[in-house]
Amino acid sequence: MIELHDVSYRYGAEDLLSNITLKLAAGSFHFLTGPSGAGKTTLLKLCYMELMATSGQVTIFGRPADRIGRDGVAQVRRRVGVVHQDCAFLDHLPLLENVALPLTVSGQSTEANMQELRDLLAWVGLSGRTGALPPQLSGGERQRAALARAVVMSPDVILADEPTGNLDWEMSLRLLTLLIELNRMGKTILIATHDLNLIRQTKAQIAARVLRIKDRRLQLAGADL
Amino acid sequence: MKLAAEILSVIQGDPRADRAVPPSGFTAQLTLFTGGAMAFLAVFALALALATARLADRWSGELAQTSTVRISAPDAQMEVQTKAALRVLTSTPGVKTARALDPAEQRALLAPWFGPELPVETLPIPQLIEVFETGAGYDAEGLRLRLKAEAPGAVLDDHTRWRRPLVAAAGRLNLMALAAMALIAATMVAMITLAANSALSANAQVIRVLRLVGARDSYIARAFVRRFTLRALGGAAVGTALAMIAVSLLPDAEVAGGFLTGLGFSGAGWLAPLVVPVLAAFIAFWSTRLAAMKALKGIT
Ligand SMILES: Nc1ncnc2c1ncn2[C@@H]1O[C@H](COP(=O)(O)OP(=O)(O)O)[C@@H](O)[C@H]1O
Ligand SMILES: [Mg+2]
Repeated sequence: MIELHDVSYRYGAEDLLSNITLKLAAGSFHFLTGPSGAGKTTLLKLCYMELMATSGQVTIFGRPADRIGRDGVAQVRRRVGVVHQDCAFLDHLPLLENVALPLTVSGQSTEANMQELRDLLAWVGLSGRTGALPPQLSGGERQRAALARAVVMSPDVILADEPTGNLDWEMSLRLLTLLIELNRMGKTILIATHDLNLIRQTKAQIAARVLRIKDRRLQLAGADL
Repeated sequence: MKLAAEILSVIQGDPRADRAVPPSGFTAQLTLFTGGAMAFLAVFALALALATARLADRWSGELAQTSTVRISAPDAQMEVQTKAALRVLTSTPGVKTARALDPAEQRALLAPWFGPELPVETLPIPQLIEVFETGAGYDAEGLRLRLKAEAPGAVLDDHTRWRRPLVAAAGRLNLMALAAMALIAATMVAMITLAANSALSANAQVIRVLRLVGARDSYIARAFVRRFTLRALGGAAVGTALAMIAVSLLPDAEVAGGFLTGLGFSGAGWLAPLVVPVLAAFIAFWSTRLAAMKALKGIT
């Protein structure tokens, strides 16, 4: 689905990520760990083209990223659901419209998909909050809403950037259950997190690979995880 | 075809896309005001352009390229002086032809006043010479001096020549009115671009989110283009209406015997200002579209 080959990225003078090679095969489940500031968010941004690699090759759905035009990027993002670390909501729109936004911008009617949207919001436990504005939601509610928005287009790939960062353990488990459920439906999943308990919990249920960014490079985490 | 479809979709609009971009008060008012003020000025400039064109047209039509030389002399000298005057005239640069009227033509000219039986040959009436000028015309002062020397009884009557500078002035005024319209259009482009850029940068975060969830550039641009186009159209419609009322209330200058023509529109000319709001909408459409496409380039 998404492949990085010998990819480097730098914001300033020095490489933040060096020689990263990564292959997200269809239906796979990956975790991405590493200390804060290691470049997890940056690596995810390379995967949905918010950033372009300084060197190396990123391939998305079989196409080299540097040959995907701006409309192509829009197309890619309809097939890659992202739970952004900052959630990236429109603060002036109620929750329901925020969750429906990917449908709206791709020209699909919210009304026609209303039942699906309500089911989706029930699935993340936000049925009672559909009219609330994002700033009125708690951190956990925002992250669950972000997951709902990430999957509303039935994407092939789901990238989640610290999706449980604001959740208590119980809520984290619920969200994890949702992601595992999606993986069982065949979705490719990559979760950036430093919540080791979450990783252990997942590995007890499914085959998940754990990658770690250390010293700018990507390595497979040891068996202790 | 594609553009027509796009214009149609701008007019119809997508209420959800509209909601995605929050309303922005000050740029809305700026665009509305700009549309109105520029349309108001444009209607006046248009009125001036049409009126000066009309004026130049009328005056130059009256500027027949002819003048006359009148020779009043004792009978004995009449023929000599006429010949002398014709010699001077045919050798003057700027004179195409010069021809002495024969008695029958002179009689025809005088007939309205004295009847057809007038015995022209026996009366001491002046001999007339009809002068046709070339397009560039002749130097009237020089010609007068030479006629005075060769045929003292000759008087050059260039009755319509003095209007020549007026026609030139009307033409110049017409150019200025057209230039004013161009400047108004350019100012409008600048103002709308400024307002659009301000709205775009105020909404940078919104645009980023829309891009992240898979919106195409054209979709995002349309939300802005639609607003600015409709606002400019609305403002310009009001400005145009007010300006047309103002023009219709201008004092009627036709009283000066049709010599000065009124600044107002006449007849079908009243339809001309109706293109102003359409043009304003067109300008807003393209200015905003270009500004949006440029701003979007900076957002992945
Ligand atoms: N736009 C940016 N410009 C400059 N430096 C940045 C930018 N975004 C992130 N960084 C830096 O890159 C490093 C990695 O950031 P990030 O990818 O967010 O790490 P993580 O998600 O692992 O915490 C941080 O030191 C951060 O300060
Ligand atoms: Mg991060």
